[in-house]
Amino acid sequence: MRDQHLVSRRTLLQGMAAGTAVATTGLGTSRPAFAKDLVVGFIYVGPKDDYGYNQAHAEGATIIKKIPGVTVLEEEKVPETLDVQKTMESMIELDGASLIFPTSFGYFDPHMLKVAAKYPDVQFRHCGGLWTEGKHPKNTGSYFGYIGRAQYLSGIVAAHTSKTKKLGFIAAKPIPQVLINVNSFALGAKSVDPTITTQVIFTGDWSLPVKEAEATNSLADQGVDVITCHVDGPKVIMETAERRGIFCTGYHADQSKLAPKGYLTGAEWNWSKVYEAFVTEAQAGKPLPNFVRGGLSDGFVKTSAYGPAVSEEARKQADSVKAEMIKSPDYAVFKGPLKSNIGKEVIPAGKSYPETAIELESTDYLVEGIIGAIG
Amino acid sequence: MTIAMSSEAASKATAQPKQPAGDWGYPFRRLLEQLLVPVAALLIAATGFAIFLVFLGTSPLDFASLVWRGAFGSWFSFQNTLQRAAPLLLTALCVALPAQLGLVVIGGEGAVVLGGLAAAVIGASLSALFPPLVILAMAVSGALVGAFWIGLTGWLRAYRGINETIASLLLAYIALAVFNHLVEGPLRDPASLNKPSTLPIGEANMLGSLPGMNIHPGLVLGLVACIGFWIVIQRTSFGFAWRVTGGNLRTALLQGLPANRLIVIACALGGACAGLAGMIEVAAVHGSANASLAAGYGYAGILIAFLARQSPLGAIPMAILLGGISAAGGLVQRRLGLPDATVLVLQGFIFVSILASETIYGRFRWFQPRGTA
Repeated sequence: MRDQHLVSRRTLLQGMAAGTAVATTGLGTSRPAFAKDLVVGFIYVGPKDDYGYNQAHAEGATIIKKIPGVTVLEEEKVPETLDVQKTMESMIELDGASLIFPTSFGYFDPHMLKVAAKYPDVQFRHCGGLWTEGKHPKNTGSYFGYIGRAQYLSGIVAAHTSKTKKLGFIAAKPIPQVLINVNSFALGAKSVDPTITTQVIFTGDWSLPVKEAEATNSLADQGVDVITCHVDGPKVIMETAERRGIFCTGYHADQSKLAPKGYLTGAEWNWSKVYEAFVTEAQAGKPLPNFVRGGLSDGFVKTSAYGPAVSEEARKQADSVKAEMIKSPDYAVFKGPLKSNIGKEVIPAGKSYPETAIELESTDYLVEGIIGAIG
Repeated sequence: MTIAMSSEAASKATAQPKQPAGDWGYPFRRLLEQLLVPVAALLIAATGFAIFLVFLGTSPLDFASLVWRGAFGSWFSFQNTLQRAAPLLLTALCVALPAQLGLVVIGGEGAVVLGGLAAAVIGASLSALFPPLVILAMAVSGALVGAFWIGLTGWLRAYRGINETIASLLLAYIALAVFNHLVEGPLRDPASLNKPSTLPIGEANMLGSLPGMNIHPGLVLGLVACIGFWIVIQRTSFGFAWRVTGGNLRTALLQGLPANRLIVIACALGGACAGLAGMIEVAAVHGSANASLAAGYGYAGILIAFLARQSPLGAIPMAILLGGISAAGGLVQRRLGLPDATVLVLQGFIFVSILASETIYGRFRWFQPRGTA
């Protein structure tokens, strides 16, 4: 009986709409809105000004907006549920999108795959390296960056700056991608001083600001004086570290504004390069590559400008290692013999894994020198 | 003495003033009141929100036309709306059913995730069987686990005197922690590296779409459950016993109603609905249980139930209204460049306005029974 009022609300809205939107509204599902342009859709799992994962992508989208003949659609805070499927369909049906970037890892399976099968004319490129030739539709694909080397550089700078020789790492979940970052950071620090320790705290989820702040405080209380992280939005971690008067290195995007005194450097994505490449090829009518990946040397990843607290010595070492990394694609952060922090040999002597090594994708250990446990 | 008091309280519990003989128009006026008050509340909310938009520098007319277009304006949009409403129907019942007994249960999210997890585990372990059988087993296990979880809240209320609001909320946190531990630990599919999930239930066991539509069968289940429970509450002695217990616990006890048991049953039934919502998410959307299950459907259900004044039937239009707002939210973001929080502000206006309108019922004499004073 209550749905009566819904009808009247609907009628009311229709009436209100009629005056202004006769030309554009209609009832159709046609795609008239941006017919001339290439319409590109970006979907973010969190707010696009989160100083983190989503902002890194949104900054890439901002560059795309400047390309003539491109219309950019953006939708933030879209959960990894049916909602994201509906968002993709709505971008296609109502706004005529022909290239969609669902940027969150969890959007891939089943959401993007399902929508892609339904719209074979629309191109989908997902951030995360999950696409497999032959297994997934041809109109889908992946782009993916290796950021471990940049974390290694952060570790070098952190180790030079730390006085207590205790570093802290606040991480979301103990999954391979995160563990590679934690290990890289710790190895970078140990390359400067083998006795240095990195205390890791897993918060359990990608965006838990209260827990992240608590973790920062508890690390600071334990004498940790440089903190970094792998969570979706590093904002509160950087702000809390600054308030506690300790140092921090950033992740995902540039957070130097949040900690003007204590921000040392950071591992950042440079998605604009990837997006630009896709969009210009789509505009030229060329087929889009299904799988692109790259790291520091390919420009997919960059490091933040050094903060005021970084010593000359630290800059020198980090810069020289960075130059070496950029020069040599086989530069390996992970070299045997390497032991995990529970004493198990994880990489035998004589073996070394560059960032592209498939073995790293199933990382399930923390290297020696890290205080903390998985699970 | 006691009998007089109890019958008086019982009539109060059902909230239906006696209809004086000869006032044949009263049932219609009562219906009209129940329609006009929420419509007026929605209009006031829309006006308030329009003023807010003007301050933001956005035209309320543009906004309204986009909401219409994104939520109801085409078959595509309306399906989008219905699809988003589907899980909310079931989670709203998790609040509305215990509310008949005067309980405020807000922990439906816990039953959603645990129900979904149970369904995923059962589905994956039976995946080789005949698909309808697998679906049935998943539904039963999801509902049972959900019923157990919220039933626990009811038991704590009835037999241990623990506040059900707090208990259910805290149990929801526990449920999420248990869920995360199991999905990332013992129940994790080793192949799910960067998105920890349970083993897949298999493509054959997934629920498809309703014929001719792009909507999963959870919508039908939600509608049937809402209408069914409305009939139970309004038209059966079992439901009457709930309402008496909710209206006046002492009366219920004096009448010999098993109030404690009714509390546990109502909570368990609500939990079963939320558990089913979790099962549907697994069987129709995700194909396994993972962190995406905790998408806040349990909490959105609280909003729906309160907007619907705890009526299972009223939950249907309210779920569609909120489903429509969230369906339109994307279009509003894309076309007007407004942040996602804008639709939350609209929801806030609607919520406050409808709750405030509660006090208006019975204030206007015109709607009241006439004849005898």
